[in-house]
Amino acid sequence: MLKRLIALLALCCTPALAVEEQVVLGLSQDRVAITANFDGSEILIFGAIKREAPIPPGPPLEVIVAVAGPSSPVTVRRKERKLGIWVNTDSVLVDLAPSFYAVATSAPLEAILSGTEDLRYRISIERAIRSVGAAMHIRGAQNFADAVVRIREDEGLYSIRENTVAVDEQTLFRTSIAMPADLTEGDYVARIYLTRGKMVVSQFETTIDVRKVGLERFLYNMSRQQPVWYGLMSLVIAIAAGWSASTAFRLLREK
Amino acid sequence: MQIYLPIAEVSVNAFLLLGLGGMVGILSGMFGVGGGFLMTPLLFFIGIPPAVAVATEANQIVASSFSGVLAHFRRKTVDLRMGTVLLTGGLIGAALGVVVFNYLKSLGQVDLLVTLCYVVFLGVVGGLMFIESVNALRKSRKGTAGPAKRRQRGWVHSMPFKMRFRTSGLYISVIPPMLVGLCVGVLSAIMGVGGGFIMVPAMIYLLGMPTKVVVGTSLFQIIFVTAFTTMLHATTNYTVDIVLAVLLLVGGVIGAQIGTVIGARMPAEQLRVLLAALVLVVCGKLALDLLLEPSELYSLGRDGGH
Repeated sequence: MLKRLIALLALCCTPALAVEEQVVLGLSQDRVAITANFDGSEILIFGAIKREAPIPPGPPLEVIVAVAGPSSPVTVRRKERKLGIWVNTDSVLVDLAPSFYAVATSAPLEAILSGTEDLRYRISIERAIRSVGAAMHIRGAQNFADAVVRIREDEGLYSIRENTVAVDEQTLFRTSIAMPADLTEGDYVARIYLTRGKMVVSQFETTIDVRKVGLERFLYNMSRQQPVWYGLMSLVIAIAAGWSASTAFRLLREK
Repeated sequence: MQIYLPIAEVSVNAFLLLGLGGMVGILSGMFGVGGGFLMTPLLFFIGIPPAVAVATEANQIVASSFSGVLAHFRRKTVDLRMGTVLLTGGLIGAALGVVVFNYLKSLGQVDLLVTLCYVVFLGVVGGLMFIESVNALRKSRKGTAGPAKRRQRGWVHSMPFKMRFRTSGLYISVIPPMLVGLCVGVLSAIMGVGGGFIMVPAMIYLLGMPTKVVVGTSLFQIIFVTAFTTMLHATTNYTVDIVLAVLLLVGGVIGAQIGTVIGARMPAEQLRVLLAALVLVVCGKLALDLLLEPSELYSLGRDGGH
């Protein structure tokens, strides 16, 4: 209750804090090309804060950078022991979960962002996935959403990296976001939040285009658009390779 | 060297795939099994999505079996007539299998049923084969190769539509081989394997075919059934990853050649004991996965996929 009150109080104070501070952003690359030997990518995110007035007094400026991959519904299944073997029983559909989510902050997240602000802007990992449709009759529906976070954190797809944004003179900031090799295609949204005293004072959004290119692009498109030819091509390549390797091996042995 | 697979959308080590292909290829050449029952679980294990693993494996089996069957053609150990009969059953079976598979998928329990299928079939086939071949080994040591084939004569020989299979030295009805092909076709579509591990023992014990002909003939049937399965997967689920398949088959084709040479030099009975042991090991591993509490109770599935 007290927390709420403080949050409410803080909310009222926001206008006073909301000085015109804007993000001017730079990206080392605004597109990621997935090639055949794609092995992850590191994106440098840097920028400056543009102001009309001097740096306001009070708590220092903190920066949060969140990069999210395309979201899609995820079916989460839970195993239970039935007749001695482990089988999937309950399942919950998590409405939207990003395929990739990384948060980088200039200080521990709890210290620079209040719970209500997190709820409003969906910044922390827990808030970034949504499971409103979780069936209430299933025991511990929240566990299912937690499982999504846990499994994807283990796979390196979700991460929170505190203290990895460097801020100079409350004006310049930079960080790098490492993207794993197992990326799905799509528009990745990079969001930058400036906070003071746990309140968001400014935000900025940009997209990073992650696309397959070259051979990867060609094969993917062909498999979707001309599946019959793609299937036949796969068979022909397979048989040709089988035959030629067999012949080569025989010639080698006959020598 | 990491390589990004365009359909599976994961990045894996190319040498790991080559090595896996080679290892399974050797077994494939030795025993005349496609190796899918080993490769498919291995692919799950290295993080390839199950749907992609099953479909791509079908494509890879075509290639590894092709080079294997060429070697057998040269040694004249393929019964083309028997192969064609088995194939006719196999194609019908594969089509039926896909229907069954899609029905199970709609029930949401396809993973469990696939694993159960593996455990039951590998267990029964492996167990029977092991007992039979150990007995045969004992008998051959005593020097009394018994007329074990006699037992089956009864029902296999009383059916109509008899046909002469010269290469196998058989004169039997086409119904039993047709049924064997059908069953294997259904299973191969459901389990994502070539089905050699079931067909080989069925041909030896049910049809009474000579072991030397069995391997080449089953490879011949497997090529066409898996090619058919590949096309079905490529056109309905879009899950055939050609890059993955090529890497697996480069290793697999070379392995299969080595395996064929080893297989030709080893006595048939010992070959059978080894295959039985291998089948039982895979079966045991899968059964343990079902019985032991998994470390992660939850699993994620993309909506609509499986």
